[in-house]
Amino acid sequence: MQYARPSSIKEASGLLAKARGKAFVLAGGTDLLVRMKGDFVEPDLIVDIKAIKGLNEIKKTAKGFSIGAAVPCAAMGENKALKKAWPGVVEAANLIGSDQIQGRCTAAGNLCNASPAADSVPALVAAGAKVVIAGPKKKRTVAIEKIPAGPGKTTLAKGEIVEAIQLDKRPARSGDAYLRFIPRSEMDIAVVSAGVNLTLDGKGVVKAARVALGAVAPTVLLLPKAAKAIVGSKLDEEALEKLAAACSAACRPIDDKRGTVDFRIKVAGVLARRAAKIAYKRAGGK
Amino acid sequence: MGGIAVTTTINGDEVDFVCHAEETLLDVLRDRLGLTGAKEGCGTGDCGACSVIMDGRVVCSCLVLGAEAEGKKIGTVEGMASGDKLHPLQTKFLEHAALQCGVCTPGFLIAAKALLDRNPDPSEEEIRYGLAGNLCRCTGYDKIVRAVQDAAKVMKGA
Repeated sequence: MQYARPSSIKEASGLLAKARGKAFVLAGGTDLLVRMKGDFVEPDLIVDIKAIKGLNEIKKTAKGFSIGAAVPCAAMGENKALKKAWPGVVEAANLIGSDQIQGRCTAAGNLCNASPAADSVPALVAAGAKVVIAGPKKKRTVAIEKIPAGPGKTTLAKGEIVEAIQLDKRPARSGDAYLRFIPRSEMDIAVVSAGVNLTLDGKGVVKAARVALGAVAPTVLLLPKAAKAIVGSKLDEEALEKLAAACSAACRPIDDKRGTVDFRIKVAGVLARRAAKIAYKRAGGK
Repeated sequence: MGGIAVTTTINGDEVDFVCHAEETLLDVLRDRLGLTGAKEGCGTGDCGACSVIMDGRVVCSCLVLGAEAEGKKIGTVEGMASGDKLHPLQTKFLEHAALQCGVCTPGFLIAAKALLDRNPDPSEEEIRYGLAGNLCRCTGYDKIVRAVQDAAKVMKGA
């Protein structure tokens, strides 16, 4: 195995593009090294992206925030402006693992590892995040929900690297939230999870919403129907019922040791309801 | 296959070593540099026995490649005491008998140090969350939490 630490994204992408054998991007390594040790992957080349300028930064831009692909999740929690604008996204990112893991794991890595149960991904999908991808050709920016293709699979082409995750500036009266179910108090993988992001009008009526679910399908689910159920409401009981029903109806989960199909379907609705209520409160709704 | 030459700082001293690409920082510390304080428990980032501080953040050295240490500042349990004077956390772990077999202890000390460096006055809950990445199969954690609380008190007074 070879280890490379390029200093530019172009060089990194070039190394990956011309690599013979299996090449992997190393950001925090909290998934990659575990998979290597378990002999699930045997890389021929590891491209460490942490020495690339700018990838370790959270930038506040005119459009919002740009979170570099090598930013550890702990740094997201330490960024007050980001936490204030996108509390749900930051909470989700900070739920991943222990302090030891937080110091290394990245949201971009969480995305590219492509686990259906990734914690930061449903929150980022609900937030309408975009992903900047550098590659041998032109840079491209895509909606984050277009990246996961199935468990462990992404839509990234050979040589492509996620450079940053972008979050928009918040309109007034906006809030987001992420909740997951785990059987312990922490240090666990989501059995089901839900992210809700919404914006209210001056009267406290939901005027825009995005709802995403994790761990109930091969990829994160973005559910426009569930969002529609709460748009135009003040999150009354009827709207919440419809939201929960739309979420449960969209689930295509598996049975495994962490939860059954029926359990996941039911809990998806419950978590979406609760997350919506938190997001509503954060948006200033009463 | 050629090795990778790495220059890093460990416990304040500049250190050079050569390692293979696959070697973890934990392998390097233990097998190349003779710093055997950090332990390999699980090897997959679950138990925290290999905890070290890298550029101010506590990390599992089993999930860091040796090559990644280039240009970093690394702190291990060996660097906690100043000469013969133990760090207050070490003293309090002894006083409270916050260890039995001791395998997890270096990791707990490092994680507790990282916690107190960041938050000098943590609540019990913050301590328990802050140390959730460290597993101990002997103590039941209570004595560890009390030792950290007591050390925090001493360090604030210092």
